Amino acid sequence: MKKLALTTLALSAAGSTSAFAQEARSIDQAVNETFAAVTGPFVSFIFSPFPGTSFPWIVMWLVIAASLFTVYFGFIQVRGFKHSIQLVKGDYADPNDAGEVSHFQALTTALSGTVGLGNIAGVAVAVGIGGPGATFWMIMAGLLGMASKFTECTLGVKYRNEYEDGTVSGGPMYYMSKGFAERGLPGGKILAVVFAIFCILGALGGGNMFQANQAHAQISSITGAYPGWITGIVFALVVYAVIVGGIKSIANVTEKVVPFMGVLYVGTALIILLLNYDKIGWAFGQIFEGAFTGLGVAGGFVGALIQGFKRAAFSNEAGVGSAAIAHSAVRTKEPITEGLVSLLEPFIDTVVICTMTALVITISGLLMVDPATGNFVLNGDGNAIATVGDVSGVSLTSAAFATGFSWFPYVLAIAVVLFAFSTMISWSYYGLKAWTYLFGEGKTTELVFKIIFCVFVVIGASASLGPVIDFSDAAIFAMAVVNITALYFLMPVVKREMNSYMDRLKSGEIKRFKH
Amino acid sequence: MSAKIVIGLDGSGSGERAVAFAKKQAKQIGTCELIAVYVIEWSPFSFQTPEENEQRHKRRVEETDAANSRIISPAVDALKADGFNARGVVKHGDVADLLNAVAVEEGADQIVVARSSDGGFASRLFGSSTANLVMTATVPVTVVG
Repeated sequence: MKKLALTTLALSAAGSTSAFAQEARSIDQAVNETFAAVTGPFVSFIFSPFPGTSFPWIVMWLVIAASLFTVYFGFIQVRGFKHSIQLVKGDYADPNDAGEVSHFQALTTALSGTVGLGNIAGVAVAVGIGGPGATFWMIMAGLLGMASKFTECTLGVKYRNEYEDGTVSGGPMYYMSKGFAERGLPGGKILAVVFAIFCILGALGGGNMFQANQAHAQISSITGAYPGWITGIVFALVVYAVIVGGIKSIANVTEKVVPFMGVLYVGTALIILLLNYDKIGWAFGQIFEGAFTGLGVAGGFVGALIQGFKRAAFSNEAGVGSAAIAHSAVRTKEPITEGLVSLLEPFIDTVVICTMTALVITISGLLMVDPATGNFVLNGDGNAIATVGDVSGVSLTSAAFATGFSWFPYVLAIAVVLFAFSTMISWSYYGLKAWTYLFGEGKTTELVFKIIFCVFVVIGASASLGPVIDFSDAAIFAMAVVNITALYFLMPVVKREMNSYMDRLKSGEIKRFKH
Repeated sequence: MSAKIVIGLDGSGSGERAVAFAKKQAKQIGTCELIAVYVIEWSPFSFQTPEENEQRHKRRVEETDAANSRIISPAVDALKADGFNARGVVKHGDVADLLNAVAVEEGADQIVVARSSDGGFASRLFGSSTANLVMTATVPVTVVG
């Protein structure tokens, strides 16, 4: 699938005349070409369109699932929203459970895995290709995705494994095998194994290579071009220190700084929007108009829709199954409560943060518009909107924020590196859970996965964005194919839990605690 | 009617002073139960990694066991050896909130704590647990210097 022409290091290094740079370029190029060739068939299959259309079946798969869950659970994202916030605040937390994982902690841990480059670079990709109209579809996907997240996270808690030593393991692998067995359905184990394989690929793709790639793009846009594998090796060493060396201090610092960076990012976006308050109405106009006409982008309104849905799914991971792994560690007697809390995740991630990024890019005026028609001007290849300075991906977001605050690219570079890092740490955990599900727990098997994970950091930073983003998307969406299949079979279990909980909440059997 | 005194322990030497004062009070009162409380500082609103979450339940049990065996049990045993009616409680959460909460729940007549042993920038900025307790408690508090 053709994506953008990009400003990654591999390409920018081509401008260098030194022998070192040429050699470096050839390393990056070799990595890039091999990688694209190896992953090509898998990517083509996942993104193949419905016969006779240009609409990828995988996007339809996600949208139909999210819509179905929304209707099946009676618009739980609207009905349960207020109660979700009460749960996160701890209004219903038993004081005797103090010291256990709280709803807030499960939510923020899952969020630090999802809020990241998808919100910064992914949105820029969506808006850069699909125009501002993609934002509308992204928000729609975010709102619908809340129901998918609710379903998978409830199941994640319900069917998790609680071991004798007090540790817990949960996620789609467990609800597939245990849930199917409980309902007398065949094939649960097979689904679990297939999911685990795709989860490992997703961890190496979207959870790793895409992050390393965009972190490098952002760093090199400030320092000037240098070979991608250098960033890759530095990142890989730090990741290695945390996941293999067990240097918790780095992970702890990241966990504490990332929420701060998230707030800073949204805060800055809000300030830029306030400074340009006169353009906000126009920007929303562009978003709505673009959503249904495309405003001249490649593929018209369908192009905008596909981009919006794709990037939303990639960003908030609703229906993918990854969050079910993170959310399953919470301490609760009611699995449904974690489902309710988890539906805030796509809301914060997509409806709030992604929309901020999209609005700033739209307002920045970096997307070139033909003054005569009001439509966007396409780039030379005709596959994306031409931008001022020919930027795309994270560089587009950076340039857009720089129109408000010239110093922001520096802050963004730090934020990108930290977001990328925290997402990698989270996904190394998800990948590891899938890996140990397949190969059993044990120091050696775990070490093998962790080393593979670090090697992919280097590959991700060296390859150019096109093949990396294609593979990352394909792997993440492949997880969704298996996960959503299982959700269809297990959704009656969630409905039973939900109805029982809501009845008890209404009757006063489930009480608020005084704190 | 017997009285109850809650003693806040922090695992340091200053806790000993609180115990000594509570013992003196208990002797004067006559029939008095001493409740030694140790609070493991914890917030439900901290940020954690997935591994930390996975291990949390196990760690909580370990923390509670350690607090019981190192701080509460020795204190309670010593009090009992001296002929006092004593028992211990270990909780996770905010020190000031929980000392007061235990006192209220038990119907205690007062809370005895030692002057905060920690100083420095953080306690200047956020206030020490003792200062917070004094300001927010709904039960009489004695701070032993």
